[in-house]
Amino acid sequence: MTTASVTIDPAAPTRTPRRSKSDRRGIRSPYPSWFYIPAGVLYLIFFAIPTFSSFYFALTRWTLFSQTFIGFGNFVQFFQTPALTQGFVNTFIYGFVTSAAKVVIGLALALLLTGATFGRGYLRAVVFFPVLVSTVGVGLTFKALLNPFHGVVNQVLGFFHLPQPGWYTDPHLALLTVAGVDIWKGVGIATLIFMAGIVAIPSEYFEAARVDGAGSWNVFRNITLPLARPAMATVIILSLIGRLRSFDLIWAMTNGGPGFSSDVIASVIYKQYQAGFFGLSTAGNVILFLVVTAIMLPVQWFLNRREAEL
Amino acid sequence: MKFSPLRRALVATASVAAVALTLAGCSGFGSTGGNSGAKVTITYLTGNDAADTAQGKALIAGFEKKYPNVHVKMDTQPTGTQGDNLMKTKLSTKTMDNVFHYNSGSLFQALNPKTSMVDLSGESWVSDLDKNFKQVVSVDGKIYGAPLGTGSAGGILYNKKIYQQLGLSIPTTWDEFIANSKKIQSSDPSVTPILQSFGDTWTSQLLVLGDFANINKQDPNWAKNYTNNTGGAKYVNQPAFEGFQHTAEIVADGLVNKDYASMTNAQAMDALATGKAAQYPMLTSAMATVQQDEPDKINDIGVFPIPSPDAKYTSLTLWEPNALYIASTTTGDKLQAAKNFVAFANSPQGCTIQNQTGAAAGPYATSACKLPSNAPDFIKDVQNYIKEDKASPALEFLSPIKGPNLETILIAVGSQSTTATVGAQQYDQDVKAQAQQLGIKGW
Amino acid sequence: MTVTRAITTAPRGASGGLHPPRRPMTARRFARKYLIGIIAILVSIIVFLVPFIFILLQAAKDPKDAGLMGFDLPTTWQFWQNLVAVIQNNSYQVLAAFINSFILTIASVAIMVVFSAMCGYLLHRRRTRLNPLVNFLVLAGLIVPPAVVPTIWVLQGVGMFDTLPGMILIEATLGLPFSILLFRAFVATIPRELDEAAIIDGAGPMRLFFRVILPLLRPVVVTVVVVQAVAVFNDFTGPLYFLPSSANPTVQLTLYNFQSQSVSQYNLLFMNILLITIPPLIMYIFFNRQIVAGMTSGAVKG
Repeated sequence: MTTASVTIDPAAPTRTPRRSKSDRRGIRSPYPSWFYIPAGVLYLIFFAIPTFSSFYFALTRWTLFSQTFIGFGNFVQFFQTPALTQGFVNTFIYGFVTSAAKVVIGLALALLLTGATFGRGYLRAVVFFPVLVSTVGVGLTFKALLNPFHGVVNQVLGFFHLPQPGWYTDPHLALLTVAGVDIWKGVGIATLIFMAGIVAIPSEYFEAARVDGAGSWNVFRNITLPLARPAMATVIILSLIGRLRSFDLIWAMTNGGPGFSSDVIASVIYKQYQAGFFGLSTAGNVILFLVVTAIMLPVQWFLNRREAEL
Repeated sequence: MKFSPLRRALVATASVAAVALTLAGCSGFGSTGGNSGAKVTITYLTGNDAADTAQGKALIAGFEKKYPNVHVKMDTQPTGTQGDNLMKTKLSTKTMDNVFHYNSGSLFQALNPKTSMVDLSGESWVSDLDKNFKQVVSVDGKIYGAPLGTGSAGGILYNKKIYQQLGLSIPTTWDEFIANSKKIQSSDPSVTPILQSFGDTWTSQLLVLGDFANINKQDPNWAKNYTNNTGGAKYVNQPAFEGFQHTAEIVADGLVNKDYASMTNAQAMDALATGKAAQYPMLTSAMATVQQDEPDKINDIGVFPIPSPDAKYTSLTLWEPNALYIASTTTGDKLQAAKNFVAFANSPQGCTIQNQTGAAAGPYATSACKLPSNAPDFIKDVQNYIKEDKASPALEFLSPIKGPNLETILIAVGSQSTTATVGAQQYDQDVKAQAQQLGIKGW
Repeated sequence: MTVTRAITTAPRGASGGLHPPRRPMTARRFARKYLIGIIAILVSIIVFLVPFIFILLQAAKDPKDAGLMGFDLPTTWQFWQNLVAVIQNNSYQVLAAFINSFILTIASVAIMVVFSAMCGYLLHRRRTRLNPLVNFLVLAGLIVPPAVVPTIWVLQGVGMFDTLPGMILIEATLGLPFSILLFRAFVATIPRELDEAAIIDGAGPMRLFFRVILPLLRPVVVTVVVVQAVAVFNDFTGPLYFLPSSANPTVQLTLYNFQSQSVSQYNLLFMNILLITIPPLIMYIFFNRQIVAGMTSGAVKG
């Protein structure tokens, strides 16, 4: 640790704390621009170049070594194939269902865990741990627990004479089942972020509300909820970005099945790649890029705007 | 600056790690080793399931005893669609093992053998090969593969005891087959008439792929038309459409087990062997499970072809054996060692090992290997159909095109998410995409 | 309102400032505190703990028991045998996979931390025309889904496809945006006066960064290391695409492939899952607090 007390020699040239935009003495600057280069090189080679070239390759029939330009043929094929269109729709469902659930459940849990609740420390630990566990492991475990005929869940349901659905074998349920497992795994982070947001609310606000005689629900609606909006924005954004792009849980649990009913664009990209249709796979990537950007920009704008209104 | 040394260490590690790993291009733990002294080392790639790995190990052990100056290192990888893609990727990035074990027929064609494999036409064992097999491992008259294991047949595996008990005879038309199934269901509701096992997705394809011999009998030009995109040879038209119809029909008629969506192939074979189910559209190679788990029941199971609507077309669909290939990146000493390894597999000693480690599912494709005398009864069934000329190879051995999404489409049809017509249309589109990707003319 | 400031400058108690102000205990308070707490604990056991207990039980059963997938105690405890069987399977593939995963994690996280710290630090300290561009690129890196097949094409071009070094560089690249954000946020808490002092003492840029700033960034370095290490270790789709052959398995791929190998041996499959859960568990036990602190300060500011 350097000394915190500073003696400034009046004779020495004064250095301004802020570097102005026109400062061009790069070599003498203690903040050299070349610090950007290591990360920049990696970013350029392994992220920027693939992303830019994907726009070209999506317009070709590609075998990794040769490509024939076919214009929008891949995109036409993508939207003409019902299986692929289903994946497109499923991506939205998966993204929004998981994000919405994480917001609601995360907020509820956060309220519980920042309030005076018995066993709070243990609860925090237990809620957050699934976040750290391997997705494949979670997928396989729940596949066993949700097995329609031998799984624990259905056996318990059967004991209470409740219907025992085919959780991941019923084409109508499969995607939602995987979404449910994803919520189980990811709610911990949402809770954590909400907890941070709630705790940051200065206690004076709560004191003032109590003095005014506000009940718990009013406190929640008029103080906690509005002031937790930054946290909510973060949860929504992080969750959407993550879930729109990922397919590992889907892959571990259903492989996109039964049939095509739980495919999302990301798993479609992989399946087309597996089949050797590299151009079509890359077209899927471009579509995913457009979908994510088209969703994230308005969402971000909307959430930031609400925040500014505060 | 208490943490400075630690920090420096961290940075040093990072930079060294980044630079060293990048430059050295080390290939991590578990990769192929280099030569050890005067020995020649070659690599052999096979599937990661228990049967393939056991067979690989036994072949290597026998081979290394005969050729003590050669060491063979075995690698494994998943089979199925993932394996198909891995094959293509490894060959195109020139990282394939010296010898590799893979399907013959259209899957072999998809690997671009002319550039990726070594021409083996001059080898001594070529003259022993069955004519049908030669066709499925050659391109432009050059032979690239040697058979490993027996061929198999795809039809309806059935429990002979149940058939005997109920006095059923082998159906020669599809309607008879359904009638038999309904009789089984009404006489004992606890016995499943027809098994489906979508827990292993590839099994959904049997009613379509196993029907091909019937189509071929009815229209011998179908395969050629299909490949060249002529003559209306599409799955949405008859006679090919019947496969899709059948897949939907057995479920709609309620003749299928309740847990069809999650049952696995192994569980299904188990149910068939123990009499909990009567019939199962499946490859005879699946009998290996019964051989392992319930060997005393293996002769309770027989096989008959998937019946055509018309008895005169009913034929058994045959799958040629897998093959051993040599990657074209193998040269010099390694090439000779690899050729010796391939030849060994089809030598008398190799044949004995094949008999011991592989479960026979049909006839051998080379006259050098003979089936063991205690081969199970169902193989005799297969041989009878071949003898009576009521058998022909599956479509993948007569045409290079196979759409990659067939199993998923059929699962959707079998789960009643899509109709048979829609499924057939989807598959025709899938076939078109594959044909275009392969650059076949006429598409 | 800068929530970050509130978090980082809030008084730190043993519980990190997450205690509400004290209020008198009434009957309603009591009900809320204890009743809801107990209900929550019960529900949490069913929802969150049962799956892990299930894994443990399955890992200790014999193949027949495990195949039944019930939630009961094993009839014969086979924990040790299962452990040995999994480790020995396929010539110690699981061990090779663990070593590969550790190398992958350590190398990519090390690269990520150093490179992104340099970036985040510069982003905050030096305002140039590059800043908006860099900020945009970081945001883009966070949002834009990686184009996988073109990345394979690039990797093949530099001869690193299906190699561990290639995977390391990819993981490092993918982790840069998030790490840069965290570093940028935290560097804000280090006063520039310290920079001044060091410069006046004669420190050049390298010394300033590595000897003065980086040590002070220790909390966020720990957070980034832990969060990214867990992410890389648990990454499944990355190796699925870029490290496909079994010559270089990672633990997630090994687990996934183990499904087909252990068709009738669920006990081994779950033992494998258990083994894979152990490193993150260790991370969690030791670094729980840092994860919480780091995530909240960086993430909420967003």
